[in-house]
Amino acid sequence: MTRHMKMDNADTRRRLDDMVQGAVGAPLDRPDGPLKVTGAAHYAAEQPTDALCYGVLVRAPAAKGRLLNMSTNAVMALPGVLAIVSDERMLRNPAQGTANEAPVQGVHEIAYFGQPVALVVAETFEQARHAAQALQLHIETTDEAALDPLAVEPEIPEDKQSSMGDLDAAMKNAVYRVDETYTTPSHSSAPMEPHASIAQWEGEQLTLRGSYQMLKYNRNELADSLGIEPKNVRILAPYVGGGFGSKLGIAPEAVAAALAAKKLSRPVSVAMTRPHVFETTMRRSETRQRVRLAADAQGRLTGIGHETLVSNLPGERFAEPVTQATAFMYRGENRIIGQKIARLNRTCAGSVRAPGEAVGVTIVENAMDELAEQAGIDPVELRKRNIPEEDPTRQVPFSSHKLAEALDAGARGFGWEKRNAIPKQVRDGEWMIGMGMASAFRVNMLKEAQARVRLNANGTAEIESDQTDIGTGTYAILTQIACDMLGLAPENVTVRLGDTDLPPGSGSGGSFGAASNGTAVFLACEELRLQLATAAGCAEPDLTLKDGKAIVGNRQVIIAELLPSTALEATGHIEPGDASSKVRQATYGAYFAEVAVSAITGETRVRRMTGAFAAGRILNAKTARSQCLGGMVWGIGMALTEALEFDPRYGQIANHDFAEYHIPVNADVPQIDVILLEEHDDWANPLQAKGLGELGICGAGAAITNAIYNATGVRVRDYPATLDKILPGLET
Amino acid sequence: MKTDLLINGNRRTLDADNRTSLLDALRHHLGLTGAKKGCDHGQCGACTVLINGRRINACLTLACMHDGDEITTIEGLGSAEALSPMQRAFVNHDGFQCGYCTPGQICSATAMLEEIEAGWPSHVTADMTAKPSLDEHEIGERMSGNLCRCAAYPNIVDAIRDAAWRDQE
Amino acid sequence: MKPFAYDRATHPSDIAFADAGAAIIAGGTNLLDLMKLEVMTPDRLFDINRMDLSSIQQTENGGLKVETLVTNSDLAADMRVRQHWPVLSRALLAGASGQLRNKATTGGNLLQRTRCHYFYDTAMPCNKREPGSGCGAMGGVNRINAVLGTSDKCIATHPSDMAVALRALGATVEVRKKSGAVQSLPLGTLYVLPGDTPERETVLEAGDLITAVCLPPPVKGRQIYRKVRDRASYAFALVSVAAVVEVVDGKIARADLAFGGLAPVPWRDGAVEELLIGNAPSTSLFDAAADQLLRTAKGHGGNDFKIPLARRTLKAVLEEATR
Repeated sequence: MTRHMKMDNADTRRRLDDMVQGAVGAPLDRPDGPLKVTGAAHYAAEQPTDALCYGVLVRAPAAKGRLLNMSTNAVMALPGVLAIVSDERMLRNPAQGTANEAPVQGVHEIAYFGQPVALVVAETFEQARHAAQALQLHIETTDEAALDPLAVEPEIPEDKQSSMGDLDAAMKNAVYRVDETYTTPSHSSAPMEPHASIAQWEGEQLTLRGSYQMLKYNRNELADSLGIEPKNVRILAPYVGGGFGSKLGIAPEAVAAALAAKKLSRPVSVAMTRPHVFETTMRRSETRQRVRLAADAQGRLTGIGHETLVSNLPGERFAEPVTQATAFMYRGENRIIGQKIARLNRTCAGSVRAPGEAVGVTIVENAMDELAEQAGIDPVELRKRNIPEEDPTRQVPFSSHKLAEALDAGARGFGWEKRNAIPKQVRDGEWMIGMGMASAFRVNMLKEAQARVRLNANGTAEIESDQTDIGTGTYAILTQIACDMLGLAPENVTVRLGDTDLPPGSGSGGSFGAASNGTAVFLACEELRLQLATAAGCAEPDLTLKDGKAIVGNRQVIIAELLPSTALEATGHIEPGDASSKVRQATYGAYFAEVAVSAITGETRVRRMTGAFAAGRILNAKTARSQCLGGMVWGIGMALTEALEFDPRYGQIANHDFAEYHIPVNADVPQIDVILLEEHDDWANPLQAKGLGELGICGAGAAITNAIYNATGVRVRDYPATLDKILPGLET
Repeated sequence: MKTDLLINGNRRTLDADNRTSLLDALRHHLGLTGAKKGCDHGQCGACTVLINGRRINACLTLACMHDGDEITTIEGLGSAEALSPMQRAFVNHDGFQCGYCTPGQICSATAMLEEIEAGWPSHVTADMTAKPSLDEHEIGERMSGNLCRCAAYPNIVDAIRDAAWRDQE
Repeated sequence: MKPFAYDRATHPSDIAFADAGAAIIAGGTNLLDLMKLEVMTPDRLFDINRMDLSSIQQTENGGLKVETLVTNSDLAADMRVRQHWPVLSRALLAGASGQLRNKATTGGNLLQRTRCHYFYDTAMPCNKREPGSGCGAMGGVNRINAVLGTSDKCIATHPSDMAVALRALGATVEVRKKSGAVQSLPLGTLYVLPGDTPERETVLEAGDLITAVCLPPPVKGRQIYRKVRDRASYAFALVSVAAVVEVVDGKIARADLAFGGLAPVPWRDGAVEELLIGNAPSTSLFDAAADQLLRTAKGHGGNDFKIPLARRTLKAVLEEATR
């Protein structure tokens, strides 16, 4: 039985409110927790496998060129070496998210420094690592590599330019205006688990244990890369050690492992080294953003300009969607939104946690801070004055809009009223103290997803989907939805994920995983409820399920007694529909930060942070809060330390490791308050839940850099705000 | 070469290439994949295990250097059915998301509390000769050798304090 | 990692066999890091961990003898060090992580190699790793590189925090020479500047073994270690200052200062100290000291900021120490 739903209109039934089990929204511990804290959860490279051999990728030591040949014979003669794979089917770079087909392939045309050009396979990891290092590559470098985004003639795609009204006139007539250019550097997702795959063939059938986010696409991408049928590919990824966008599309190690395993008729394990992860998985493009804000005497925006320059490799369709939220963030009838793309010989650019808003909202929120100061209006108030009545670009209503509430709740929780609006007024010894804030915006999405729910004769339930849990809490929230819909305790619900043999979920990405797959589970459960109601002889709405019992009127029976001797099974299937075009759906929030900047060294430490967020119904208070914490800490990294540093001559990422690409450590992160607002967005899906995995980073960095300004009077418009950029503005 | 290791109370004999790191010995040769490889260069802490009670990065030592040593990995601290207090606290406080850095965090935290107990100062200890406290700054500094990209840090700090307090009760 | 022969050395005389292709492994936290990348490719390892060189003892003159295998953790936590040489504990605790300090040893810490991006990447030119190949950091990403004591061949920094404190404390290094003779070297003379041979970082020769570091008797005065870095923890110094400063009758009587993050060696400049000693602390005096320290400083673009940063940090440390 399949229950299908296309989200064309608001679903105002709010069925979850009818349920009495009380699991949805509760701070349930992750069901996968005990396995993870004991080391018993097997990640990609950890599946015990007989006769396993190890492959190590070889990186191109040039940003552009042609691979002519390599010292194959000498390396094959090294102890333990089994094969050197350098095959035109190998991937130049990972597939973009939802590509569903192979990315650019080939090892001979080198397009960026670090591109994998060979895989060396040996009996042991130690042998393979040394052999990979020993492989001499003969590379012809004829053309000069394009390494500087400002030095190349950019593409100006027509579909990425838009305008409304007359921004130039609005700027001219404005009482207050901001016209500044900001830059953000390239970032790396840098998940803690490096990308890894174990490939194993049985005849024509390939099984890949990988670390991936979107298995239904990854299967097709892997099959297409290898030139085989998708039905011959099975991908398993029950536990994924973080993704943040970098594991959306099939990556070079998977295809290389599959090719080697085929060649050797043996299972092959390939794990990227940490430098490989930096060099050959997706980076967030650096951005150059010119922001223009025109405002009247009350600070109401009359115009917004947001023009950006990003980069990517030749042949990549993805361009960092920097202005994605600019269209609906604030009022203003005169607009110019534009994007240029520089084609560079740099690591492929793709999705990194909150593509678009993470850098785009952050910069607009910096410009808003500059406007607030100029106009002498409190930054919170300025934002509230500019909340539009409807989507100002598409002229459709908002499905729900909780920015004002988030601003108020955040300001209250943080103690914003204590802020001194004049910079450089608050000192604590050598530390200059400042407060800053920013709004959060993130588009909300629903994606096609299926899930199967089986109610067993013993009254337990199983949920099955190829959906992944990359740390987002999928295991927990799917459990909770089934608990409520079927009246079961969490220990009686089992969730199986991350296997392409199971019904295709949405995949993890774009914050749509919980809502999309949760809806699929919800629909399957609705179908099961209908069947239980029929068995109980009542209408489905009259059926109450709780603690394994069905209650109809004053009658109460064990659910298992209503079941046939075999399991009852249903599949839920959700598809996005017209709802997304009829209304503007988004999530909103507000960040508040207090920083301390050393008046001596310019070092910045975040002292405290508060985030208030509205993302529809909260499915699990604990994991939702964790998602927000994580996003805000990414904001700390973006604001203060994170930047991929490219050598201007060779094009390599100089800081391609965790010692020098500085993600925040524990000591960088203060206690953070997260306020989750109550919201039910009927247009989003039948759960009224929206995405939360990315909202925490969509402007968080601006709260910190705005706080640095408040502390020091220094505007850092070139991220990150490392001490060298603050020092020149400090008193001697 | 042959190396005898006492791992989680069990004597294990390893016969491997002398280039084998302790981490790879555990993961590739001994079936103990709880210790994770996040960087392989001592820059992330995911591989943290205890040697003779002290926390170290298993990636930056050779297995053959530890002949006769007592090694405790995450598998030796508790099991899914019988969690250690620290493991339980990490679950309760959601001290992780993806879970990949988690075994290292827990091994590190377990040994870190012993270091505080022994009176070891840290970078943020104000009085170098006084007994260090268990406040969030001390925990944050002492746990900074364990990166978490999901950024569960505030929850990790809460989990550790919770486990420490339970321990004192 | 290149294959190597592994020897467990139980007595210092065992390593007298070491030739230029051999390496001594103690904690291994930097050596194995570099061997994995084949930045270092020894063909033989002498594991000295079983040697009886793990004690910290009071010396006859009231100083402290720290044997080479004492871990950074044990040294930092030693109550004598915390009480009498706190700048050393502070420096140790400002470095690396708890896990690394549990493994890293005293001798090994002194001999750790630079963190220069170009030294670490075998696809890049680096005169230190591959003499004659050029310096990639000049004209490249050199935010972390040196501004003092560099040459036109190399602008790498020495990454140790511990060594900076030891330099300020006037520590000496006990070396057992290949011949069996025991030599005592002031720490300052252990290191050599890059000049034309950046591959040579110390005066040690193959078969030499650092057996101990000796701290002179404690002195009066304030001891401060201040480290400036990008993260709050677990990051190498951009600039660090170790100071032992005593003020007597309103005048600076002692100003033992050493600097990290600035130079290819833990840096100490006698002229800076001479300028301070005998004078009353003042902002202008501290400015003059900074001028003296940085008189030959040369930035390379990305690291230009280290010059004003070093000035500000030195002045702040002197102010704190003389307050």
